[in-house]
Amino acid sequence: MESYQPISATEKEIIEDFSMFETWEDKYEYIIDMGKKLAPLNDSFKTDDYKIKGCQSSVWIHSFEKDGRVYFEGDSDAVIVKGLVSLMIHVLSGHTPQAIIDAPLGFIDEVGLSSHLAQTRSNGLRAMIKQMKLDATAFKLKG
Amino acid sequence: MASTLPYDVQAIRTEFPILQRTVKGKPLVYFDNAATAQKPKQVIDAITHYYSHYNANIHRGLHTLADEATAAFEASRSAVQTFIQAKHHEEIIFTKGTTESINLVALAWGNAFLNSGDEIIISTLEHHANIVPWQMIAEKKDVVIKVIPIDADGRLDMEAFKKMLSPKTKMVSVVHASNALGVVNPVEDIIELAHQHGSLVMVDGAQSAVHLDIDVQKLDCDFFVFSGHKIYGPTGVGVLYGKKHLLESMPPFLGGGEMIKEVTFEKTTYNELPFKFEAGTPNIADVIAIHPAIEFINRIGKAAVRKHEADLLAYASTKLRLIEGLQIRGDVEEKVSVVSFTIDGIHPQDLAILLDNQGIAVRTGHHCAQPLMSCLGIVGTTRASFAAYNTIEEIDVLIEALNKSIRMLK
Repeated sequence: MESYQPISATEKEIIEDFSMFETWEDKYEYIIDMGKKLAPLNDSFKTDDYKIKGCQSSVWIHSFEKDGRVYFEGDSDAVIVKGLVSLMIHVLSGHTPQAIIDAPLGFIDEVGLSSHLAQTRSNGLRAMIKQMKLDATAFKLKG
Repeated sequence: MASTLPYDVQAIRTEFPILQRTVKGKPLVYFDNAATAQKPKQVIDAITHYYSHYNANIHRGLHTLADEATAAFEASRSAVQTFIQAKHHEEIIFTKGTTESINLVALAWGNAFLNSGDEIIISTLEHHANIVPWQMIAEKKDVVIKVIPIDADGRLDMEAFKKMLSPKTKMVSVVHASNALGVVNPVEDIIELAHQHGSLVMVDGAQSAVHLDIDVQKLDCDFFVFSGHKIYGPTGVGVLYGKKHLLESMPPFLGGGEMIKEVTFEKTTYNELPFKFEAGTPNIADVIAIHPAIEFINRIGKAAVRKHEADLLAYASTKLRLIEGLQIRGDVEEKVSVVSFTIDGIHPQDLAILLDNQGIAVRTGHHCAQPLMSCLGIVGTTRASFAAYNTIEEIDVLIEALNKSIRMLK
């Protein structure tokens, strides 16, 4: 695995990317594109054990630890949600458990995606982030 | 009661302040009416007026404000009585919504009258609110729940229903119009058949009360339940209609103030109907505001609104069928103004997100009817539901936005 820049630097890049979009269509086409670029998740992880609860669509996140860093893989049956999975993996994967736990993820608000964090029963992003941080916490406790 | 004037949708729209707003810079297109209808100004004003002029606790106060509040509260009960053609004023019980109304019957009636081995019949079309309360009481009372199957378009299998009925059947609780598909069930036949077998019938009118003419005496249903917020009224208030002798035979649901006649530490006697089932201070303001909602419906006329909504539904259905890979779910004649659909290769959640960005509110997902969705073999649908204030132009906006969304997602 390649070396990773700090989470904050990736967030900054995403904010810059989004700042170039003039319309909502540009923004969502970027997210849809992120979804299409996401590495496929092995079907063996598309089970209830890896499914994020609280999403209207099916979202699966699998995490593993290597050399003190946590890596995420994921998928969703909804394209935009898959894009959000991809975006979160892009930001959080390959970092230490502590860095993942501490990441404030302010970029979500800055790029205008906070509506996906809304407390509705159909939200995906909030549940996704919670699971990724929980996984990081579990790896941290395992030491 | 019904107006003879031509249907003026623009005039109706001016009565709904929320329709003036924009969403994401675009005029709001509100097609989530089956979830909750928007409120005309009269309803909003009634709530403000109550709190500004005669807020008081009802039924027991001996002062002017209490008198005025009690009169307005009971006037709402009378308006509901007429709205569904109940025989007696006291057959109208105010609850916080359809869900509570069903729970009240399942618990109060179920606890008193269900015995081990009895059977309850519901249908595949039910909202979770008409499934879970029965499961809860069934578990406690060792009662069997039977489910009427449907065909691929959501029509009830009436032959299967007939075979399910037996002397063991104690309650048939069915939805009048499906929230997920809009399909209207033949409740008249269901009630007649169930009564022939000595079973009671509860009709879930959450989706039907606003669209269809409801005459509970003619229907001869034993219970009829609906919510205020789906008939252009406020949230937090619902109705349970029950035949008087049944309500009288049932024990109270909640204990507390309002519902008692006399309390000593040794024994409490319960108040008469309807107060027996209205423990505690009710949701006075919202009950009062149901009255102008009913007046709004009566002024426009249910028949006129039905005609308007049928036109919207027909137009939307025709346009939707032109979209490649789109399938209308519950594509039957007898429907309320709901069109629920799936599109090959497109997840409903993706559609909802992109439609929202175009100012359009639709509902996606399982619509609180997971057993129905799994019966249809789908994860969910996208549902557009129309009301008195929706327009043909808004459907054009939806169709254009749908086509654009599909292009983006494919």
